[in-house]
Amino acid sequence: MSRGVPYSANPLLRIKLPAYRSRLLLLLMAFAFLALIGRAAYLQLFTHGFLQKQGESRYGRTIELPASRGKVFDRNGVVLASSLPARAVWVSPDEVKATPEQLASLARLLEMPPAELARRLDVKGKTFVYLKRQVEAEVAERVHALAIPGVHQRKEYKRFYPEGEALAHVVGFTNVEDIGQEGIELAQERQLAGKPGSRRVLQDNFNRVIEDVGTLREPLEGHDLQLSIDSKIQFHAFSALREALREHRAKAGAAVVLDVQTGEVLALANLPTYNPNQRGQLSGAQLRNRVITDTFEPGSTMKPFTSAMALESGRFTPQTVIQTAPGRLTIGSATIGDAHTYGALTVEQVLQKSSNVGTAKIALTFPPEKMWNMFTAVGFGQAPDLGFPGAVAGRVRPHKSWRPIEQATMSYGHGVSVSLIQMARAYTVFARDGDLVPLSMVRTGVPAVGVKVIEPRTAQAVRRMLELAAGPGGTAPKAQIVGYRVAGKTGTAHKQEGGRYINKYIASFVGFAPASNPRIVIAVMIDEPSAGRHYGGDVAAPVFAQIAGDSLRALRVAPDAPLANLVIPAEPVKESM
Amino acid sequence: MTRVNLLLGALLILCALGLVTSQQRARRLFVDLERAQAKAQQLEVQWDQLQLDQTGLAKASLIDSRARKGLAMQPLSADKTLHLTIDTAALARAQEAAR
Repeated sequence: MSRGVPYSANPLLRIKLPAYRSRLLLLLMAFAFLALIGRAAYLQLFTHGFLQKQGESRYGRTIELPASRGKVFDRNGVVLASSLPARAVWVSPDEVKATPEQLASLARLLEMPPAELARRLDVKGKTFVYLKRQVEAEVAERVHALAIPGVHQRKEYKRFYPEGEALAHVVGFTNVEDIGQEGIELAQERQLAGKPGSRRVLQDNFNRVIEDVGTLREPLEGHDLQLSIDSKIQFHAFSALREALREHRAKAGAAVVLDVQTGEVLALANLPTYNPNQRGQLSGAQLRNRVITDTFEPGSTMKPFTSAMALESGRFTPQTVIQTAPGRLTIGSATIGDAHTYGALTVEQVLQKSSNVGTAKIALTFPPEKMWNMFTAVGFGQAPDLGFPGAVAGRVRPHKSWRPIEQATMSYGHGVSVSLIQMARAYTVFARDGDLVPLSMVRTGVPAVGVKVIEPRTAQAVRRMLELAAGPGGTAPKAQIVGYRVAGKTGTAHKQEGGRYINKYIASFVGFAPASNPRIVIAVMIDEPSAGRHYGGDVAAPVFAQIAGDSLRALRVAPDAPLANLVIPAEPVKESM
Repeated sequence: MTRVNLLLGALLILCALGLVTSQQRARRLFVDLERAQAKAQQLEVQWDQLQLDQTGLAKASLIDSRARKGLAMQPLSADKTLHLTIDTAALARAQEAAR
């Protein structure tokens, strides 16, 4: 084998070329490299920021991290309000290209008349039109499957209220933007609302997230909220109230149940009501929270406070005799009267029989200031601190402007206005040993610390009187329940229209049970009962009895009375108005 | 000298391959993480949904109407209830005796 041709035998080597040619080539190549280095340096050093931004914008995305709104629970952990993801379906009308069949199925899925859909798609010059908001995820998925160009979706949340109309006034509702509009949803907006966060990521060409480039903002989830409401007691209160409204053909009604020890609101029912899940047409009457935001002239439910003031002064005892004959009392040019002529009654009996004349006579032995102090001390005339929107103060006029006739009528609850929750709270003074507790709509679970208003001795005496009033010889024998001792007072008041009293009534009852060691205070108000009977003892007291019996059983309170049959007289003592 | 160069060259290639592998693994783990997080979110939504369903089905009003109409049950009245109280002192004594 030959070793081939050696390199030195290459004939090209023998050609003598001028040396400058190779140098020139070397120089040209050096320049080319210099140019490349210069370019590289320029890109790296001077346009660095711009290029990085361009790259980011091609691969980087800012993803919104939605924060869900906090849930609302009752005191036992039952869900009262909860959010689920939903979609908003929107279109860019100019981009939409769809066959008639596609449009028909879109209209069907969105439960929208085809004409309405066509109208929304026929908007010129707009690039964003909502077709429907708060579409449930399943439906949205099917809309997506139609694959109509120009139809887009956006993530949002839909709020659900499983307890529906029974708790509508307490929980309230949010609007489509998930912002609280009524009730607790509005009052606790700051605690419930979440704050959406965002993160910056890199995506590959299949739009998959491949890398985090640092979280910009963590989403702040809304805080859950546990209310003081017991949904079982709420149900009992709501159904008892609904039954009463039907029976007495009343216009409206309200009831509230308070825990005596903790000051928590266990139930708060309002009628008429609405379904917070379907708020198509809402009227003001449906939205009104008659427990907290409405006031009324309470009538006789005010009398126990006059009695308490009398006992507290030491000048009266429950056995002090007051002459109420002839059942009428003229003060100046006005005359007040009783439904019956009772003759001589003890202070105890004045409350039991609900005598206006007796109460007025007691009240007139005190200066107006003393009475005003009593009313103010139990919370009338001041908005209760509930953490609830629209709590009203009611009206107790300054005592300096009271005329004697006004002082007399105020002693039995006319010429003042209170809300039902104020009334219920004021009665905790009697249900406890003379102190007034702060109320709470959220669960506290700890005994509340009250402010002392009257001596325990006085509270116990009034408690006894109220037990008599709710007994067979009082105005509200129908408030009695088997197995428990109850105490309470009826109220019946004419309504005012245009500054004059008319023959429409508000019947109420405020009481507590078991009387031996009160656990709950219940206040019931029925507006315009119009099926014949209108006295608090006939209309509101049975509702109290129903709610009290069911609630005490739900709370597992041991009976404090023999389980004998109740004595309910055929015709209870008529209340004076 | 050549040997050191070769060694360093091999090392360089190994390192480069290692970098590629670890990058690939990081991406894969990241994708898994993403998937798991999405799943967690989905489960949370499902939990919310189930919680709502449970509340809806266990509503006092629903149970009440079913019990009354469907099962012809009657509300409990106080005279038919036997209330038991726990005598804590006696209980303590009994526990003491058992020990």
